[in-house]
Amino acid sequence: MKALKLLIMAFGVPLLTLAQERDSVVMNSDMHEVTVYGRQRDEIVPSQRLSGVRLESLRSQSVADALRYFSGVQIKDYGGVGGLKTVDVRSMGTNHMGVFYDGIQLGNAQNGLVDLGRFSMENIEEIALYNGQKAQIFQPARDFGTSGSVYIRTRRPRFEEGRNYNLRVVLKGGSFGLISPTVVWEQRWNRRISTSLSADYTGADGKYRFRYRRVLPSGTVAWDTTAVRQNGDLRSFRIEGAVFGNTDDGTWNAKVYYYDSNRGIPGAIVNNVWRFAQRQWDRNFFAQGSWTKHVSERYKFQLSGKYAHDWMRYLNPDETTMLIDNRFRQDELYLSTAHNIELLPHWELNVSADYQYNALDANLVNFVHPSRHTLLVAFATQYQWRRFRAMASLLGTNVWDRTTVAQSRVRDALSRWTPAVYISYNPIRDNRDLSLRFFYKKIFRLPTFNDLYYTEVGNTSLKPENTQQLDLGLIYQHDWMRGVFRHVEFKADGYYNRVDNKIIAVPRGSGQYRWMMMNVGKVRILGVETTAQTVMRWCRDWSLVLCANYTYQSAQDRTDPSDDDPYYGTYGGQIAYIPWHSGSATGNLRWKGLSLNYAFVYVGERYHASSNIRENYEQPWYTHDLSLGYTLDRGVCPGIGKWFRSMTFTLECNNVFDQQYDVVPNYPMPGRNWRGSIRVEL
Amino acid sequence: MKKVRVWFIVCVILVLMVSCRQEVIVWPTESESAGKIVQGPVTGFYLLNEGNMGSNKCTLDFYDYTSATYTRNIYGNANPDVVKELGDVGNDLQVYGSRLWAVINCSNKVEVMDAATARRIGQVEIPNCRYVAFDGPYAYITSYAGPVQIDDNYKQLGYVARVDTATLQVTGTCLVGYQPDGIAIMDGYAYVCNSGGYMVNNYERTVSVVNLSSMTEERRIPVAVNLQYVVADRFGQLWVSSRGDYYDMSAALYWIDRPGSVAAVNELRTPAGGHVAASAMTLCGDSLYIVGSEFNYVTQETTTTYGIVNVRTHSLVSTKFITDGTDSRIRRPYSVAVNPENGQILVADARDYVNPGRLYCFSPEGVRLWDVRTGDIPAHFVFMRR
Repeated sequence: MKALKLLIMAFGVPLLTLAQERDSVVMNSDMHEVTVYGRQRDEIVPSQRLSGVRLESLRSQSVADALRYFSGVQIKDYGGVGGLKTVDVRSMGTNHMGVFYDGIQLGNAQNGLVDLGRFSMENIEEIALYNGQKAQIFQPARDFGTSGSVYIRTRRPRFEEGRNYNLRVVLKGGSFGLISPTVVWEQRWNRRISTSLSADYTGADGKYRFRYRRVLPSGTVAWDTTAVRQNGDLRSFRIEGAVFGNTDDGTWNAKVYYYDSNRGIPGAIVNNVWRFAQRQWDRNFFAQGSWTKHVSERYKFQLSGKYAHDWMRYLNPDETTMLIDNRFRQDELYLSTAHNIELLPHWELNVSADYQYNALDANLVNFVHPSRHTLLVAFATQYQWRRFRAMASLLGTNVWDRTTVAQSRVRDALSRWTPAVYISYNPIRDNRDLSLRFFYKKIFRLPTFNDLYYTEVGNTSLKPENTQQLDLGLIYQHDWMRGVFRHVEFKADGYYNRVDNKIIAVPRGSGQYRWMMMNVGKVRILGVETTAQTVMRWCRDWSLVLCANYTYQSAQDRTDPSDDDPYYGTYGGQIAYIPWHSGSATGNLRWKGLSLNYAFVYVGERYHASSNIRENYEQPWYTHDLSLGYTLDRGVCPGIGKWFRSMTFTLECNNVFDQQYDVVPNYPMPGRNWRGSIRVEL
Repeated sequence: MKKVRVWFIVCVILVLMVSCRQEVIVWPTESESAGKIVQGPVTGFYLLNEGNMGSNKCTLDFYDYTSATYTRNIYGNANPDVVKELGDVGNDLQVYGSRLWAVINCSNKVEVMDAATARRIGQVEIPNCRYVAFDGPYAYITSYAGPVQIDDNYKQLGYVARVDTATLQVTGTCLVGYQPDGIAIMDGYAYVCNSGGYMVNNYERTVSVVNLSSMTEERRIPVAVNLQYVVADRFGQLWVSSRGDYYDMSAALYWIDRPGSVAAVNELRTPAGGHVAASAMTLCGDSLYIVGSEFNYVTQETTTTYGIVNVRTHSLVSTKFITDGTDSRIRRPYSVAVNPENGQILVADARDYVNPGRLYCFSPEGVRLWDVRTGDIPAHFVFMRR
């Protein structure tokens, strides 16, 4: 019916010439997009990724929402459109996640948190999650430096034959007073250069009803109250421009990004307090670029760089509490170079060197205006021998901090080497369906500027927080060219992580500043992650994609051996907010232009403190989301092409059963909510 | 088809492993026995657990001497119909007549309960309320939330609110210094510790003297930076604690002689001439029991001290009232109280502020008698009498 066009979405040229790489493929009508399941060619250990049809069908509002469907990921969500969402992979802590946007890490030297809400899903092509690091060697040194990484890849312009531009207009609206128009314009200027420009606005009043209810042990209602969440409004504007180029022997791209937002911060709903006035303004700018050149068959290099400027204002105008009007400015400069040499046909070596400069300015009392120079050097090598592939890397980190106040303390300079080893093996001869994998990684996170220098809370004697990860897993996948089942995939991983010198807030006295940061925490995490996925097709037009994953985690607090009471002691207790059981299931059914999607997310019982007592217990929560989409295009209605190329209508209902739940206690989440969108491709 | 069966089994296992939501029960009380039965005029004590900010976990515990049982979370059980329980961050607890007054800082209210049953009688809405003291028919409550001054530097005076204990209405206010904390009443005057805690580097240094008949601030007595607590003794002296500035100025303890007239301010020193930190204190007879937990930003260390001060002789008579070594188990002593009848000493350990604290009871000689788990950040005691 349609001309099949396969677009392999792997960046760059495959490093290894592997015989008959097989990827199963699902076509998305004639949008000329495909979803590649399974491994990317140059990765030793496959990642979890969402792209194409699956990403689109999940209709996520933000990157954080999309990450819920990955196994091993815990999202701490404070609720609402503009509410803070933080991501934690395999219970090692939010600050251990690196978020990479088009290949370059998004930094926040101040507090280590990256707001995943500031990227438009309309402009994102793929989200991938890697445990440890991206298991390939040709990358900047910084990519070797996190315990877990999320790679967000924006849409690369693609053009139908005979067309030099794409124009897409999307309008979304729905519950919480949400209105969000997006425009994406992609243009091919010549054979070598194309550009894309996208802009969007999001406005929402953030109001939603929530309900708290308690019963007596007898079952009669003690109290039952419903209120409207206030001060969760958001207004944001984002504009992003990119240039993509290719030369005979390489590729280059450059990107400029600006985001401006003004949001209310909905606080904790506590007795007698139902509304808040705190606000936050953010302005984020960055410009980045990278250039890859294949100098010869055996040598290639990559240069990349970035400048970022972030401005943030936090205002607490509430006269019943301390008035706070803080402004923070951050600058980041980043330069990287990576060199890859093929020593022997199956043996490659990579050397990367990065330099990074960060500075923080704030209008805080006694503030020391810290800046940081980081020099990273990474050596990595990759080797393949028959059905066995291995990769090893060694990262050297050198960090110097400076402060403007001469007599203030500065963290001592740090110099450290950390290794990682990745191995994969295909046990069955001439068949790559089954593969076993293993990795070990030792890495650390540096204390953030807030940890070190925040007035009255910071502690300049902090050491880095260390993690060690050990993972053993297998993946089985098989593809069929005929029949109902076209693809089946099963993944299972067992892992053991250690977090030492964990930086946690420790009480130090009474008064306003009663906390300080200390390296006291120890966590031991034992986990199992499984994913099962299948793609079915029948009767020509029908397709069904099913995916389920389940995670078990035992994340024990090993901080204080003296606090070892079997019931209420913190030693051996499950750490805060980590459920033992969690999982998700998604289904995507398509027939011609119609698609029906279902998503289920489950987060099991957990505690909000390491003392696993009844008072700290948090209920499981689970949501069911449904959406229905209809695409009108030439395949469905041939005459339509005169006016536009395609038009997609979507109606979503999230939290269908209106579950009233908190992810973080006293931060109520929205109940049933609706969203609709129209997307026109011109 | 084999694969379908595998899928089915996997699904069934998953469903069996996970559990579903249930109705949430009002925080249940929990009792455990602790210590031995003591008969006497003091029948028990309440302990208010502050709960970490934003957690809404301020809870009320009760120890009953007549049955030697410790009961946690009695508020929720006594008042199951109060939405969101007692509130967020309990800051003070006092008993006056037959009523129990709990100052709930981040819930912007003072909860008034029947002292015998902990049943709620009503609440007084006072934003950012801190401490309470009583005189005649009135309660006097300090609050940080006075009018905001619009000038180059944000400044917000605090005030003392006068509340009619019969009607629970605010009948008058009096502006005092910045961020007023502890309050004590003596001879028709309220003495209020001004902290200036919101103004790092510009801490307040004074005690405000408020004439209760006119509700006006008459004078200020300069003492030291960042004042916290004030206790009046039977000799007409005020004992005032300063938190210091966490840098060069240490936490210290002062006494003010004749605060109503001459107001001579003296610092209590150790025999070696050092400062005495008092982050919590309680007066029993002529003995002022103090617990000091002082953090210094320069050395980045927390020093914990215990002591007994004789308020008559103005001397530190002991630097150790726990004699059996239990103090090594107490991570963060947060509060101290002494049973006025039998001299037993209660020390509350707030530990890490986010997990349950612990309450230790010592004999007057300093030997541990019992200890028990409390709520989060155990902090404020009141004894109940027959």
